[in-house]
Amino acid sequence: MLQVVAQPIMQTVYQRPECLTDHHTHYCPGCTHGIAHRLLAEAIDELGIRTQTVLVAPVGCSVFVYDYFNVDACVAAHGRAPAMATGLKRVLPDRMVITYQGDGDLVSIGAGEILHAAARGEHITTIFVNNAVYGMTGGQMAPTTLVGQKTTSSAQGRSVSSTGYPIRMSELLSSLDGTAYIVRRSLHDPASIRKAKKAILTALKVQQAGLGFGMVELLSTCPTNWGIAPDKALEWLETNMLPYYPVGDYKVVPEVAAL
Amino acid sequence: MTRGMISIDAERCKGCQLCSTVCPQQVIHMASDCLNAKGYHPAALIDPEQLCTGCAICAVICPDICITVYRETVPKQAHNGTQEAVR
Repeated sequence: MLQVVAQPIMQTVYQRPECLTDHHTHYCPGCTHGIAHRLLAEAIDELGIRTQTVLVAPVGCSVFVYDYFNVDACVAAHGRAPAMATGLKRVLPDRMVITYQGDGDLVSIGAGEILHAAARGEHITTIFVNNAVYGMTGGQMAPTTLVGQKTTSSAQGRSVSSTGYPIRMSELLSSLDGTAYIVRRSLHDPASIRKAKKAILTALKVQQAGLGFGMVELLSTCPTNWGIAPDKALEWLETNMLPYYPVGDYKVVPEVAAL
Repeated sequence: MTRGMISIDAERCKGCQLCSTVCPQQVIHMASDCLNAKGYHPAALIDPEQLCTGCAICAVICPDICITVYRETVPKQAHNGTQEAVR
């Protein structure tokens, strides 16, 4: 009888998603935008919808996502990504339309667009990267900046008496009837990153099933503008951002369970 | 114990050190003796005792997606005498 001796072989268990181009990103070292990109790319790859996907880029650090993703993409005016996505989805209802926005884009100048897109129940998906600061313009205070957090435009720390309180966007949008899937996840450790991936995958399935507006908020770091090292930034996120922005499912319609 | 290996795209690496801080086997170190074209000390697998298990936690946290992970699998001998890879 032929005896076959089993030789160990090396199998690739993790590699760069096909959905990403070979471009080197312009993000600072340790910026979690890269992780968010990878999770979205993996979700698109897993669903096999790369050629049906249209990505709407925001204004902000992630303005160049059209260079990094190997999908159709366009850039909206500052904060207007949900408005552009609305038009795209209504004209091309068979496409997967995704907006990728930061907190400066989505919560301040684009607050009106996101609120009304969610209220109308547009069948689009928003990936909302919340790092509590304006990254691209040099670390100014954003609507999501924590009370007491020092930024270049709040050098003494954010003061409630002059600038009020940070906005919790997931909680706000979850009160609207048009929304189907609103969750918040964090990118501060590998276990949380895996949960975020699952949420993004579900959000894309929600759009495929036509259940309504979906948003995944991802708590992220900005080591450069926070002025701390990348690993310390992850700790800062966990210590300071998680208590104010708790991760969780804020709105999940019952139909999501069947996806 | 499962054996693994990673390859790091040193030119893509920005030296943020997140992979080295999360590695459970502590076998990823920053290459202090070399610089890449971006001017960073890239991460490198320094694993003479072959402790890497291919758990892929480094790849999960890498913001620049420069890590490819390999894991050793022993092919199970099938009834027809051929080899079949299993994880």
